Parts: sequence; structure tokens; C-alpha cells
Amino acid sequence: MAKYGLLIDYNWCTGCHSCEVACQMELGLPVGQYGIKLTELGPWEYAPGKWQLTYVPIPTDQCTLCDKRVAMGKIPSCVQHCQAKCMQYGPLEELSKLLLDHPKQVLYSLD
Amino acid sequence: MEEKSWSYAQHSKPFKYQEGNLTVTRGSAWSGPGCHLGCGVLLYTDENGKLVKVEGDPENPYNDGRLCVRCLNVNEVTNHKDRLLYPMKRDPKDRGKDKWERISWDEAYDIIVEKFNKIKDEFGAETILFTQGTGRDIAQWISRLAWSFGSPNYCYHLSGAACYLPRVAGMAVTTGGYWVADCSQQFIDRYDNPQYQVPETMFVWGNYPLTSNSDGFYGHWVIDLMKRGMKIVCIDPKVTWLAARAEEHLRVRPGTDAALALGMLNIIINEELYDKEFVEKWTHGFDQLKERVQEYPVEKVAEITWVPAEKIRNAAHILAKSKPATMQWGLAVDMTKESLPASQAIAALFYITGNADIPGGIIMPPELLPYSGGFGHDLLSPEQAEKRIGLKDYPIFQYGFQIAQPDAVQKALETDDPYKIHAGWFQTTNPIACVAAQPKRWAEAVKKLDFVVFVDIFMTPSIMEVADIVLPAATFPERDGLRVGDGVQRGEVINKVTQIGECKSDMQINLELGKRFNPAAWPWENVQAMFSDILKPTGFSFQELQEKAPAYMPFTYKRYEKGLFRPDGQPGFNTGTGKIELYSTFYEMVGLDPLPYFEEPSPGPGATPELLEEYPLVLTTGARIWSMFHSEHRQIERNRAFRPDPEIEVNPDTLKKLGIKDGDWVWVENERGRAKRRVKGTPVIDPRMCSCDHAWWRPEAGPENLYDVLDLNINNLVPWIPGKSGFGSNFKTMLCKLYKVKEGE
Repeated sequence: MAKYGLLIDYNWCTGCHSCEVACQMELGLPVGQYGIKLTELGPWEYAPGKWQLTYVPIPTDQCTLCDKRVAMGKIPSCVQHCQAKCMQYGPLEELSKLLLDHPKQVLYSLD
Repeated sequence: MEEKSWSYAQHSKPFKYQEGNLTVTRGSAWSGPGCHLGCGVLLYTDENGKLVKVEGDPENPYNDGRLCVRCLNVNEVTNHKDRLLYPMKRDPKDRGKDKWERISWDEAYDIIVEKFNKIKDEFGAETILFTQGTGRDIAQWISRLAWSFGSPNYCYHLSGAACYLPRVAGMAVTTGGYWVADCSQQFIDRYDNPQYQVPETMFVWGNYPLTSNSDGFYGHWVIDLMKRGMKIVCIDPKVTWLAARAEEHLRVRPGTDAALALGMLNIIINEELYDKEFVEKWTHGFDQLKERVQEYPVEKVAEITWVPAEKIRNAAHILAKSKPATMQWGLAVDMTKESLPASQAIAALFYITGNADIPGGIIMPPELLPYSGGFGHDLLSPEQAEKRIGLKDYPIFQYGFQIAQPDAVQKALETDDPYKIHAGWFQTTNPIACVAAQPKRWAEAVKKLDFVVFVDIFMTPSIMEVADIVLPAATFPERDGLRVGDGVQRGEVINKVTQIGECKSDMQINLELGKRFNPAAWPWENVQAMFSDILKPTGFSFQELQEKAPAYMPFTYKRYEKGLFRPDGQPGFNTGTGKIELYSTFYEMVGLDPLPYFEEPSPGPGATPELLEEYPLVLTTGARIWSMFHSEHRQIERNRAFRPDPEIEVNPDTLKKLGIKDGDWVWVENERGRAKRRVKGTPVIDPRMCSCDHAWWRPEAGPENLYDVLDLNINNLVPWIPGKSGFGSNFKTMLCKLYKVKEGE
């Protein structure tokens, strides 16, 4: 059976928190618990005018990869609602090939 | 308009369908709660008609399935335990006290009709104010209510109407309409439309579109376009995620955007980088503009704006080279006193470089129902229209916008000049927490009124402090509606899926009350019939459009060449000269400077350097928050968790000098008042300034201390002083000092 995961092109993650809340609402999680959580790297200035300010969402142990939604033919709620459209769901084998396309991507193996 | 010229979304399902045990209803969203945009949503209700989930609609080209955090948990707002559920009244002598009594809708309407009509008979209809807050789903309906009642005083109680209106009014009088960034939002097939071109560069000016989501502009279109190769230039004092990825970032001193734009114009004009053919053929007053910009050499501008000359030059060169270039601008341009000349200068950059009405440039948005003109101004008699407050001092308010001038309204409330105001209708607005400058002054002035009615979705400090009657308004999942408003309009419907208590929609309240005041002006049996009337150009009734929406209007570029901008069908623009007026004949006629200029914000480092010793920091306010919209969402646990306290962002070096630590509570103070904030130390803020979010109150603090609003509201520091035109006010540029809050304060 194919293993599935999430590919996040964090070059484009703007830190909007939509993935967090979409997940909380889908899974019925209380405030303070997450199926996916944003991390912030920065801000700091490492050279004149050059800033480190990056967001990366990380799935937690409560992530189900939206198995119920997926069974209905939908995509995971975080992926659908990501405002920057920088998340993809799919088989790890296919997603892993996309890692070669460009830098600043992470692939989560979740299944 | 022919039905066939419109385009409609192709849907795989009817607008209402079953999914397991849940009913799904497709439609649109529009504040309250939340913002002005009108994203496509799927609303999920259970067998009891309770809203249980909200998702983005993947078939809606506007947001393409996405949603922000404010919409994803709308069910938690709609179903919140603290919603207002039925009409209530309170004895005027108990204003400020939690002594409300439940009444029926009929009793509420009876009281309002009797009081308003009595005041109208005794003192004139103009002595009743009809006031709204931010651009919720109400502007059209409340304006009609005011005018059909006979009052010219439909108003938005923000000093200088300093939110969007200054830019729109300024563009309207100089070009015959207003301009927005072309992000393909007018096409149903969006970025793939063969007419569309991705802008080479977008100037993001005085606005952070990713969080602010204003003016019909879905913020993350910027990201869609960046992925398609668009570069950005950011004009923002703060280092943001977008600014960190910009080709050029101009960290402008708050309130000096006009100087920056004039400096860039200086370069583009003197180096002859403008579009000579367009300027020659379609603009008026270029030579005068050229003369004016000589007063703004780039070195002088660098000194004024804190932006190095090299960076200003670079930004001007990027603009001149980018074909096409577009601009997404925002509130910072409005929230400075001389906002009209600022917007005039900024917009001129894009006109003279030939970016007006071309693919990927700036476009005039098509409108179904004119957003700027209100709905039904012809109902007002000429004698009543003349009595609109502020018209005499600010003649530009005669043109386009039909609101009373807000600072003149505040003055009328306080001094009875030009006449005494007797009653107020405040519809989904929370002035004491949000729009009103010096909120205590606002409350004292409104408390002088004989009779005050509020309409809202929650109890607010404004209602608690001043109202006699409060009517419960519906959130968007509880109402039928149309998404008309700012930016490109679509035939887009809002669909009712649930009912909470006895709440009614804003437009239903306006229709029912309007029928009682002036039945001829409200001939519709119900709101759906009223909407169908407005929707006639789409070729569909409201009910038919529920299946078809969104509907897109026909659109073409270079409409000025085709005679589509003028009522007489002649080529050109709908202005006195038929051209884009770089030199405004209208401003000249009403006694304003016809050309753009910069005036130092006062108080400020340029105008009042002597005050820097006492008030060393430039203060800007109104920073947006992902999870909250203006004064909303403070009682919604999930939204509040993202920002539990009001903040002030300060540079760590500044904090060190002041002996204040990250996380400390401070008073932010100027000559007018102070507000409490929690400090966030961050290097993204220039050490010479600080930045605050706005509209804070604490529902959990209870009514006794008015939900702490007067301690927390940053508008305690903001004056009621508009620009010369009556537009613009210094919300985003003041001076202040910071000091620690003492224990027990």
C-alpha cells in the first residue's frame, strides 16, 4: 500500500495560520491543540537588508491526514485552505520526486 | 445589459445538497463577522439547522477554495453564547448600566417609529443621524433608510472618513472613477484568461494585504502572482514577510508617503521615463505637475521620509521599467491628514507610466450597485440634501460620496452647530472601541442625544454606554444577501442557512423599518424581491442567481479609447477635461491645491522637533491581526488565542534605553491621552517609532468598567482633526512616549 504524506513548499508559507484552524475545525480540536502547527524562524537581520523570516508548518501526532475527507474524494482540510497554496497531499513516492524541483520544501511522512 | 454577456460559474452540484447527515449550502461571506471580501464558502448545517462547519468553495474563482482563520470558525461566532438574541430596551437614565429589558420586534419598531417621527416633526429629519461602521453588508441599505426617512446625515463616524474613502473620492474627482490592482479578479477564468497579463511588478504601498484583506482584494492573490513571476516593491515602515521578499523595500516614515511619491515622480519626470504618448493624449496638467515635483528633489525627500535616496531612485526605475506595473495600496495613505494629495501623487505615478486600464495594470472595477454613491439618494429632497453636515466646509463631499463629514458631525454633536442633533441610529458599528477618535469625547457627545438605537451581533461597549434600544443583527450564515461592495463586484449571493434567537439581517431590519417610515421608497415585499430588483442586469432573480452565482460582468481594457468611461460615449475619462487630471480642475474649483503636495504630519519629527524630548517616538496605529477584524472576535476563544492582549511593537534597542522589557505592560501616551499595551520587542520596527494594533476591549471584563475599553483604546491618543478637504486624519502618524504600567493600574 502506498504511503502518504504532506509536501510543504515553505518558500511561500506566509504564516497565515489557516492550516492550523482548518485542522482544528475538521478534527474538532480544542483551542491549544493542533493537528498541524506553524513554526516561525526569525525575524532577524543577518546582513544589511537581509532578513530571516520564514514559516514552516509541522504536523503533530493528532494529524490523521484527513482520512475521512480523503475517503470522500476531498483533499486534507489544511491543504485546501492553505492561502498560499503551498501544501500538497499525495503518495510519498510521487511527492519525493517534487523535492528535486526547487529548494525550501519539506516532506512529511505521516502514514 | 444582455444576459449573454455575463459569465457564470459551472457547478457540479446544486447550491444546496446533502453530504452524509449534513446539508451543504454554497454561497458567499460578508461581514459580520469578518471582513469585506465576499469569499466563496460552503456552509454545513446539521439536521437541526445548526451551522457546524464552514469551508472554502473550490468552485469559486475569487478565493479558489481557500479561507482565512476568521472564516474557518464562523460557526463559533454565529453560535456563540454571548450573541444578542432579541431586541432590548433600557431607560435613558440607565445608560452605562446593564439594565436591559427584553422586548418584541414590534414593540421595538413602534418605539423607534414614534420617537423618530416625533423628532422629525418637531426639529426636522436631519436631526437624526444614521451611522454605520466598517464596510459590512449594510452600506446600501442604511443609506436608503436615512434618505427615505428624509435625513441627509448618513454617516461613518471616523475622523476624516480616513479609510478607503479619501483614495476613492480623490481618484473619482481626478479620473472619473477609482482604480484597483488588476489581479484578474474580473474574469471567471482568472489568471488563465487570454486577455490577462501578469504584472511585472506590484507596488504594495501602505498596506499589508495578506492580513488586512480589504477593498475587495484577496491578499494572497499577491502570492499567486509572485508564483507566476511577479516581483514586488514594498512601501512599509516595518519589515514584513512580503517586504523581506521584495525587490526593493522602502521603510518610509509614517505619514510621509506623499513626499516619497513626489520624489519618485521627480525622478520619473526629470529622467523622462514616463509614457509620453499616454501623457500627451490622455492627461491634463502634466507641465504643472512637472513644475511641482521640482520642489521634491530626491535628497530632500530622503531626509523627510527616512528612505535613502538610492532606494527611492531604484524604486522609481523599477516602476518605469516594469511593463505592466500595478499597485495594491491601503489605509496608511488615508490615515494621514493630507491624504488626498498623497493619494493624488501616488496614483499619478501609475497614470503617467501608462499603467491605467491595461492588462496587469490598474483597472476601474465594474459595479452592479454603485458602492460609493449609496442606494437611493434621489429619495432625498434637494432642501434636505443641502442640510447635510459638513457640506459647507468640505465641498468635495458633494461629489460621489454621500456621507456627512464625520468631524463636522462630531462638532455638531458637541456644540449644536450647525444644528442640534436629537437622535442616532447606529448600525453594526462600535465607535467607542473602534472608529471614534478620542472615544470618551464621542461617548459624552452621543449621550446628549434624546434617543439612541443600536443594531449589532454582540453587546459592545458602545451599546452599553449610550444606547436606549438594541436590535440583534444576524451574522452572514443567518441571512440572505448580495455581495456588492468595494472592488470588482460580481453577482454573488449570501445564503441563509441558520437562525439564531430572534436575530434579523441588517437589510431586513432596514426594509421593515423603511416600510413603516416611507412605504413608497421600499416597495419590495421581502429582501429577496429587493435583491432581485438590483440584480436585473444579470438577467436573473435572486433565487435564480443562488444556483448560478458567482456571475461575472463583461469586461474589456482600454475603455477610455472606446468611450466606455463617459456617459456621452466619447473617448476619454469622466472628468471636466475628459482626461486624467494630474492638475485637478475640481480641487481648484473648491479652493484646494490642484496639484499634489506633502505637508509634515503635526505633531511629528518634521513639524514639531521640539516635542521629541517629551514624546520621542513616532506612533502608528491600526496594525492588522490574522484572527480578528476591527473590534470583533475578542470574545471568540479560538480567535483571541492568537492575540490575547493589545500589543505595541517596539525595537529592542529602544526598549533597552527606556528600561522596558518584552512582555511588560506600558502606557502609550501623548498630549491627548493614554492607552495600555503589552510590549512586543521586535527588530522589524525602526527604533524611532512604534506600532499598535487597534479596536481593543475585553468582553470578559464586564460592563461595570465598560469592558476596559477606555483603558485599552489607542484612539485615546487620536485627534478629531481632518485634512483641508475633510478627508484624512492622523491615525497612523503621531508622537508618543512609553512608560511602565504601575501595579494596580
